[in-house]
Amino acid sequence: MTPNGPDADATFEGVTLCAGTGTGPLLALAEPLSFWGGTDRATGEIIDAHHPQRGRLLGGQVLVMDASRGSSSSSSVLAEQLRAGVGPAAILLTARDAIVCLGVLAAAELYGDGIPVVLLDHSDADRLHQSALPASVSVTAEPGGRAAVVLSTGAGAPEPQP
Amino acid sequence: MLDGGRGPGTAMAMRIVVAVAGVLGADRLMPITGAHIDSCLYHGQAGLDFAQKLADLGATVAVPTTLNTSSLDLMHPGLVRLPPSEAVPARALMDAYRALGARATWTCAPYQSAERPAFGENIAWAESNAIVFANSVLGARTERYGDFLDICAAVTGRVPHAGLHLSEHRLPAIELDCSPLSSEMLGHEAVWAALGGVVGRLVGEKVPLLTGIDPRVADEDKLKAFGATSASSGGVALFHVAGVTPEALAAGWGSGSDGAFTGGGGSLDKVPVTAAMVRAMRDELTTADPSAPLDAVALGTPHLSATEFRQLAGLLQGKASFSPGCTVWINTSREVLAQAREAGTAQPAEDRGARIVVDTCTYITPILGPEERSVMTPSGKWAWYAPMNIGVDIIFGTMAECVDSAISGKVVRHDSQWA
Repeated sequence: MTPNGPDADATFEGVTLCAGTGTGPLLALAEPLSFWGGTDRATGEIIDAHHPQRGRLLGGQVLVMDASRGSSSSSSVLAEQLRAGVGPAAILLTARDAIVCLGVLAAAELYGDGIPVVLLDHSDADRLHQSALPASVSVTAEPGGRAAVVLSTGAGAPEPQP
Repeated sequence: MLDGGRGPGTAMAMRIVVAVAGVLGADRLMPITGAHIDSCLYHGQAGLDFAQKLADLGATVAVPTTLNTSSLDLMHPGLVRLPPSEAVPARALMDAYRALGARATWTCAPYQSAERPAFGENIAWAESNAIVFANSVLGARTERYGDFLDICAAVTGRVPHAGLHLSEHRLPAIELDCSPLSSEMLGHEAVWAALGGVVGRLVGEKVPLLTGIDPRVADEDKLKAFGATSASSGGVALFHVAGVTPEALAAGWGSGSDGAFTGGGGSLDKVPVTAAMVRAMRDELTTADPSAPLDAVALGTPHLSATEFRQLAGLLQGKASFSPGCTVWINTSREVLAQAREAGTAQPAEDRGARIVVDTCTYITPILGPEERSVMTPSGKWAWYAPMNIGVDIIFGTMAECVDSAISGKVVRHDSQWA
């Protein structure tokens, strides 16, 4: 971590829940999300009428969220989005959420393209929530161990979705 | 199992179980004696690919395994209005789970079957209402299992040593004092469903202990209604009722004559539940205009039991047919329907025009017609999810209110049942 505040590049250390590497624009979810019922399984769009980020697309994004909400059918919906190529590039959680991880593990088992899922401290997750946008996040989660999360803001970071 | 000694399908299932144990921070696995699978409801190609890959690799279940509701009613073809692009893979998914050796029960209420888990058995059940019933009413032990992990546990016969399998996670964390609720009120399943909605919102995923309830009113249908709604509004996977549920009875948990918590382990926070709170939940679940014509009634979520069929038959005695403009839908399992027809308790509803649905449920797959917009139900779970899933408006009421409303074609209230 750099001492230069949230606009500068920063590196966080987390715990690997699902191993893999992934890079993409930062999408920090302001509210918990149920993939089942809350997102479109074919397009990856957030469709939950009560969610403040309704209309955003999950595809290729690095999602930051505390945990999923509600139904265990969310595992199937997330796996289907990963199969269809409209799923996130990485997921950063603050709870050991088996529902999210099962969707990722099943997709990795079937299609071989596992994405990283990482457990972060609340304080690190808060830094990501407060990051200036646009921002890009690169995630490297080693099997059975540590994960590195690198945040890049400003020049070189991708443009956010309209 | 991981090394493929029991075949590549079992190895694939074991990789998933071991990975989830790592996610949960469990130090080891433990054996189970049964499983209930919810992955047989179609949510896209990935779920079908997963089941077919397990089957193609030669996996079969290692423990007795039942199947939850699917997307189709195989006994009544044409009832479900799914397009072929969904119906064909949904049917293939059902076939894949049968190929894996699971029983074609197709019910969300596997606990209504004669063969059900015993007190203290470790099982891997999916479907939130089945999980909370198994833990609370049967005293069996299951974590909140769901898609993919349910079948992997069934194939391997193992689950992570974690969560509600461990005694220390099964203790009550909060006491809900229900003594303000009358026994007359607690004689109706729908009141228990509304109570479940209140309690789920109060406790979230914590383990509640309900006190102040006359044990004679708390039968399995009422505990089913309570658990299903508390799992929907909160995430309750285990509750205790003093003097009623097996773990509360064994431990002596309750409220003593001085009002203090009994059963050891220190004191509990105590929150009163009033009739006004239960009525407020009834009114919150009611999203339709009760003065408008009623289009349909939905019974049997979770699936209608044999005793509920008997109750329904009793309520219909000497009554007219259902209004032609109001369709009565009854969701149940094949097994219970066969029992009810044998006992003659299904015919009174069927003779009056009720439509029976098996293998699936009216809130998870398109069955209701586009003209059926305002629907009355005594099911808290149906009321919770149907507006989101199938776009209907709800009037929440007791079974007696539903029956009288279906006959008259407009909403009939019995206020005495809610006081």
